Amino acid sequence: MSVLTLIQPGVYRDSVALMLLARELGALPGVSAVSVVMGTPANQAVLREAGLLTSEAQAASPNDLIIAIQAQDETRARAAMTQAQTMLAQKASSAQATGAARPRTMRSAIRALPEANVAVISVAGQYAAAQAWDALRAGLHVLLFSDHVSVDDEVALKEYAGAHDLLLMGPGAGTAILNGVGLGFANAVPRGDIGIVAAAGTGLQEVSTLIAKAGAGITQAIGTGGRDVSEKVGGKMLLHGLQMLQADPETRVIVVVSKLPADSVVDKLMAQVAQSDKPTVLALMTNYKLQMTNDKFATRHSPLATDLRQAASFAVALSRGESVDDARQKIAAEDRALAGKARALKRKLNARQNFLRGLYSGGTLCEETMRIWQAALGGIWSNAPLDPKLQLPDSNVSKRHTVIDLGEEEFTIGRPHPMIDQELRVKRILQEARDPRIAAIALDVVIGYGSNADPASELGAAIREAKQIAAQKKRELIFVASVTGTDSDPQNLARQTDTLKQAGVMVLNSNAAVARLTRALVE
Amino acid sequence: MTTTNRVINIGLQIFSDSIRAQGVEVLDVDFRPSPFDAPRLAFTQTGIDIEAANAEAARRIASGKAVLIGLGIARDVIPGMCDKMILHAGPPLTLRQDAQGDAWERMCGPVRGAVMGACLYEGWAQTADEAARLAASGALTFEPCHHHHAVGPMAGVVSPSMPVWIIENAAFQNRAFCTLNEGLGKVLRFGAFAPEVVAKLKWMETVLYPALDQAVRSIVGGIDIKNLIAQALYMGDECHNRNKAGTSLFVRAIAPALARTCADGETLARVIEFMDRNDHFFLNLSMPAAKALTEPAEGIPGSTIVTTMARNGTDFGIRIAGLPGQWFVAPAGMVKGLYFPGFSEADANPDMGDSTITETAGFGGMAMAGAPAIVKFVGGVPQDAIDATLEMYDICASEHDTFLIPALNFRGAPLGIDVRRIVETGIAPRLNTGIAHKEPGIGQVGAGLLRAPIECFVQAFEAMRGT
Repeated sequence: MSVLTLIQPGVYRDSVALMLLARELGALPGVSAVSVVMGTPANQAVLREAGLLTSEAQAASPNDLIIAIQAQDETRARAAMTQAQTMLAQKASSAQATGAARPRTMRSAIRALPEANVAVISVAGQYAAAQAWDALRAGLHVLLFSDHVSVDDEVALKEYAGAHDLLLMGPGAGTAILNGVGLGFANAVPRGDIGIVAAAGTGLQEVSTLIAKAGAGITQAIGTGGRDVSEKVGGKMLLHGLQMLQADPETRVIVVVSKLPADSVVDKLMAQVAQSDKPTVLALMTNYKLQMTNDKFATRHSPLATDLRQAASFAVALSRGESVDDARQKIAAEDRALAGKARALKRKLNARQNFLRGLYSGGTLCEETMRIWQAALGGIWSNAPLDPKLQLPDSNVSKRHTVIDLGEEEFTIGRPHPMIDQELRVKRILQEARDPRIAAIALDVVIGYGSNADPASELGAAIREAKQIAAQKKRELIFVASVTGTDSDPQNLARQTDTLKQAGVMVLNSNAAVARLTRALVE
Repeated sequence: MTTTNRVINIGLQIFSDSIRAQGVEVLDVDFRPSPFDAPRLAFTQTGIDIEAANAEAARRIASGKAVLIGLGIARDVIPGMCDKMILHAGPPLTLRQDAQGDAWERMCGPVRGAVMGACLYEGWAQTADEAARLAASGALTFEPCHHHHAVGPMAGVVSPSMPVWIIENAAFQNRAFCTLNEGLGKVLRFGAFAPEVVAKLKWMETVLYPALDQAVRSIVGGIDIKNLIAQALYMGDECHNRNKAGTSLFVRAIAPALARTCADGETLARVIEFMDRNDHFFLNLSMPAAKALTEPAEGIPGSTIVTTMARNGTDFGIRIAGLPGQWFVAPAGMVKGLYFPGFSEADANPDMGDSTITETAGFGGMAMAGAPAIVKFVGGVPQDAIDATLEMYDICASEHDTFLIPALNFRGAPLGIDVRRIVETGIAPRLNTGIAHKEPGIGQVGAGLLRAPIECFVQAFEAMRGT
């Protein structure tokens, strides 16, 4: 055994740093004991106990650093001492920062960012309500993307939000634009004077982008989640959002979009619309008392729109001080042009090609297409039909005229939503292409924040292949699509449109136009 | 509607990415489901709003005062202190359901050593063997310090003749007590009982205590310990494992009064030397200050805020504000630490002492970000210390308005440990601590850190669900 001592006068290190150093030296081969301490009497006593107190160490002052090493032999002791000196001489390397710890709960996040005013929640449903409560109680607006939140929780959250002038968008709300910032799946829409409140996610995206395509802009776009307009929830957030827009001085025109609201919700909605002089366009996608309410509100510049294209163009007209009738005439002109295009395309089809397919990523757009087709073609089969009798027995097998909502839960278990991942739609396109009775396939392409980085390219490749499959059987297969998006979106509207056109897709301005043109092919 | 958005995102990363791409500030929450699958507890069964009760608990802890008003002898000043009574750290020794044997039998080595040392110090025994026999005979009463408004570091042993600090919480009219810190090395609190240990305690009783008591009592209004803690947090202490700044500040605060009241120059010099040469002298002031600050929160109905965390070297125990007097205990953990020369983990006793009252009161391990000098304990670089404190915000109901952390832009230290948040996140409080040798008589062998055993908090949560 050999004990070696080195005194470094006037060298100070924190005792914790020294203990760490001693531990590392103690792990060197042949080293049996190490002490690296300041030369205080207490430390000298510790050294004595450990059998390391040499005469040099005894003589050290409290301002001296003592390195004492005991090893099997002197060679190993010297090696360890050299190592000790090297380690002591090392300057602290640039901190290997592990990165600031992220907060683990909504509550601590709010404390870390006290200026926060919006919370986006997309955790699993059973945890989502608690997070939403934390956010609301701290005065934050909430976009609750999560599904599987109970109706009771939704009602309680929305009552609290309403009483505190906050938005609780969701559950199942995928999109909103607050103060010019898109949340969830949203598009880069310019600021303007049109406010949107929607119980229809892609409905909100379609209306807001059509407004942008027409050169106008929006103030706020508030999503409520589809269940908001059910009897049980009673349209709480639709009404609250409407009130907020009615009170917002920057909002001059309001659009309300909803999928299938309960009758009682329509009544409350009409009553709330009547509270304000602001023109309010209603796109309710319901058969409820349409004509009566239309007559009543038409006199107040609050027209009922039968589809999203109408809703957007009415809103833009009202925003510009133009009449709704002018807007109707423009749409009629567009429809005539579409009919002309349809006649030209129809000549390419054979007599057996009598059926349509719609393959959708957006639920509201899917429903819009079903409504437009149904008006002229009768019942439309679907995995999410307007009439339960038209529920497809197997969602993977189409019948007659079929529209599929690929965003329905049956398709999204264990895989991303079709707005993110096109794989299922690509497969379905190729499957439908083999059916000789198909005249045309209608598609939506929803771009914007959160969506697939280049959906047109993925779809385009599949469409080329589908057209080849048809061509081999001497058939023409027509693809018609619209792109829900703007040129400011990360994917860029013009680029997506060009990519689709190059793949042989007829690209129209709106989904309603897509539905009308395809319908005309088989009427 | 406001015009600027700042967003908190919890869940899918794509949402925060796309919001950030629009130039908006987003804070991501690192959400993980509760490992205990516990429901959110917002109200007691009797309808008490727990969040409001917790806010009140945190308010009381933060708004207290902690003033050193003097010293006294334990038997004279500690309520309920009787002859042949020995106080110890942590929860009662016989609480755990699987506990076998009486308190002495369940005591760990260092607490036994300290008890033996106290018997020698009191003159109840003349030899170590005699002391051990007396302790095992049932003639002594063992009670937790916490049952007597007292706290003690490590073994936490208080016997009737020992001098104690008296801290008064002027805002709530309650008092807390703690012995004087003996220094490092072979000391009673780490279970040492050799003659020099007892001799030092006698010197403290006969020389140090009267000198300090006279000096403190000569200072009008006493010495504001809470204020010293706040200052020390600005100076690199977290006032649990590092008390260098606090000790220096205390010596500054008391030195003029000592000079005026101490007639003998050599005694004055030795008293000042004694304080100055012990970097942990202030620990025995920061601890009773924490005790004085936390006690007013005890008994707030419905509150799930922890008011006590303490270890007796065998068990770890907590108490919560809404269930005063009820302990929730689990086996004490092993400290992950750095060791003095000649010692290793094999020598270490399980976690021990009442010093975790500092974390309970919103400093100590909670304020790790303020003590970069001891970051080696938590990983090595200052960012680790910052991360340690940031994590504690997740399990605390509030932030301190007086104990601020410069490294976090003077954000208040995490305050008010909430058992609900612990159960929700699975994050147990971080504790800084010293390590005692597991055999009696040897003393301190290192220092380090660990987390409180989470079972205690789960038990408290379940008990609260039943109210």
